Amino acid sequence: MDMPGTAPCVCPLPGGARAQDATDFMDFGPYLMLAMLEGAVLASVLALMASGLSLVFGVMRVVNVAHGEFYMLGAVMAWAVTSFIGGGPALAFIAAAILAPLLVGGLAALADIVILKRLNYDPERTIVATIGLLYILQQATLMSYGADARPVVPPFNHRIALPWIEWGEGGLAFYFPWGLSTTSYKLFVIGAAVVLIAALRLFMTRSRAGLIMRATQLDGDMATAFGIPVERVYAAVFGVGAGLAALAGVLIVPIQQAHYLMGGDALLLSFIVVIIGGLGSLAGTIVAAVLIGMSDGIISVFFSPTLAKILATLAVALVLVFRPQGLFGGKGR
Amino acid sequence: MTKLILPAGEGAKLHSPGRRKALKTLAAGVGAAATMPLLGRYASAQSTAPIRIGFQKHATGIGAAYGRWYERATLAAVEKINGEGGINGRPVEIVTEDDGTDPKRGAEVLEKFANQSNCDIAYGTLFSHVVMGSAPRAGELKLPYFVVSEGHHVASGALNRWTLQPGITDVKSQVQAMAPFIGDVLGKKVTMIFPDYAFGYDHRDNLPAAIAAAGGEVIEQIAIPPSETSYTKYFPRIPRETEVIYHVMIGPGVLTFVKELGEFFGPSRPEIFGFVDSIEATDLTSPGLEFLDGTYFWEGMPRYAQEDDTEFSTAYRAAVGCDENGASLADPKDVATYAHMYGCWETLHIIKAGMEACDYKGIEDRQALIEAVEAMSDMPEGFDHPQGPKRFNGKTHQTFGQQYISKVEGGKLVKVHTAAIDDTIYPDEVDYTSMSF
Repeated sequence: MDMPGTAPCVCPLPGGARAQDATDFMDFGPYLMLAMLEGAVLASVLALMASGLSLVFGVMRVVNVAHGEFYMLGAVMAWAVTSFIGGGPALAFIAAAILAPLLVGGLAALADIVILKRLNYDPERTIVATIGLLYILQQATLMSYGADARPVVPPFNHRIALPWIEWGEGGLAFYFPWGLSTTSYKLFVIGAAVVLIAALRLFMTRSRAGLIMRATQLDGDMATAFGIPVERVYAAVFGVGAGLAALAGVLIVPIQQAHYLMGGDALLLSFIVVIIGGLGSLAGTIVAAVLIGMSDGIISVFFSPTLAKILATLAVALVLVFRPQGLFGGKGR
Repeated sequence: MTKLILPAGEGAKLHSPGRRKALKTLAAGVGAAATMPLLGRYASAQSTAPIRIGFQKHATGIGAAYGRWYERATLAAVEKINGEGGINGRPVEIVTEDDGTDPKRGAEVLEKFANQSNCDIAYGTLFSHVVMGSAPRAGELKLPYFVVSEGHHVASGALNRWTLQPGITDVKSQVQAMAPFIGDVLGKKVTMIFPDYAFGYDHRDNLPAAIAAAGGEVIEQIAIPPSETSYTKYFPRIPRETEVIYHVMIGPGVLTFVKELGEFFGPSRPEIFGFVDSIEATDLTSPGLEFLDGTYFWEGMPRYAQEDDTEFSTAYRAAVGCDENGASLADPKDVATYAHMYGCWETLHIIKAGMEACDYKGIEDRQALIEAVEAMSDMPEGFDHPQGPKRFNGKTHQTFGQQYISKVEGGKLVKVHTAAIDDTIYPDEVDYTSMSF
């Protein structure tokens, strides 16, 4: 096992950069913590994106297959906004975080009015229509933005070495294990996702707009009878759902890069999350996102990334067999 | 719309004569098609008809950056060749098709070259899975297929007589030539990180023996799926006793990979040796890459202009439109795949030399072209071979050439070591010339 204090890494090591002792791998504790941190970043982005998917399904009963492309568009727009706005990375990033979701949300609302409304929100036909939308958005991005992966400079990014406690000879001791670190931006992503999801929850439960959305979700016909402009609500919900995906894209793009194919994996994971959590249930979505994100982080670290995907897919199958409404979903009406 | 739909009976009646007519047309078409090879032969025998080279391009998909620069190098080489009078007095024409960096599409593209766009030969492409997917089809079509892929699949004997790699060295050579430097200069205990598919396996399978020969040991091999977007979770598997990290990564995630590698180690990193693939087409001054300063890279051809560059190397740099940082003259942010694309330039010159040696007239001379290239051996350094001299092995269809090691200093790659051709030679694993056409 590792000796405490042998490899402090907040400052450059005196006398060479090598780890001095002959421990085989990282210790289990720090290793697990690193895995959980990585998982938490994935979970945060996933929760944000999947709650958009879940909201759209909950209110409109539309399975939006193009959701991953809105995530991709968010990342691409973030690249576009940050490259055309000067004034330092922080200002450019704030501009991107405001503009990208608005633009993508607007585009989605337009797609709702032009396409989904014309199909009367028929479940089968909207699936086909959103598949079409997926390809249109992806290919349009390829034709305009191109096939390259492009980076966005994070507003801030510091490496933070994390301490670990170990029971040593002199009692409890702090030390900085080799490789146990994260960045301030990754922590920011986790924090931002928590705040945004709390805000979404407040919006849905406390605001008038949220009340109207929930009323439409509960019974569209009755809502119409009470004078709620259901079609406009639908357009708004589709826009907000896409906006959430775009926001997730903006948050992730300083860690990864914007690429026209990035929506595919994200869509698959979002569906897994939404099915496990219960389509239309915000709380279920969050719980499932944390579950899937963390297990993906931990399983891929300790075993293999492929096993993590296998287990997630298996979980979906089990949920569909034994609890089709999802962990938190209510009984279908 | 509905007006056009006829009742079933009426429609059937209307269609019967039409169908007969269609059959006749079809028969005439088949007849015409049967004479096509003959016509094609006459057409291509005319001395002014262009030689058509089908270029399989990674225009989309994960290889897009390579595709863009392979095309630029290709067009620059063709401009030079045509400016010097073409091949056998005929101009060269490039027919570009997107393979989507996808093996299935790659094979379809070859078919299109052979059957639709009347190409004399096929050429191009980097990603090894596309080459693996396409080469069998080239063999069936009897279409000469010149690849610029650097995979060991050609020399390993996995492919066929119609597939050659005369313009770029393969991974086995590269690994073998790098190992002595790694073992002698950087450290004995090596952990390698590589992509989890064919190209990565060339590294996985060849490095341990090469490092052992240099007195070192590969203590851990970490494979990363090619579609991965987040890398930190793999790094805890790096053993702490590691003295050298050997990394090679490819695809749209490369910048994330090197950034996260830097964030993982912070200031206490081991020595790092990478294949430039990990940062190919990536600006070395990108934020987060500062930690690469003082690390080493293999380069097929130095991206940054060096003090001892030959006149050929400098002329080539200008011809492909690159500045002294290896970026586009038009856009300094558009960094080239400089370590690989010289292979396109050199391969096209070898195709020219081969076609001239066999007095290539048309597709009936495809076999003669293969035999002419198989007969080649040493190629001197020059404007046709700006990366350095080459030694082609006709039996294994693979070329051997110098390799370079560069060190990152002040955000630039500075050449510190040149491995000789002899360092890259390994025993033959196949004799394609004994195979039938």
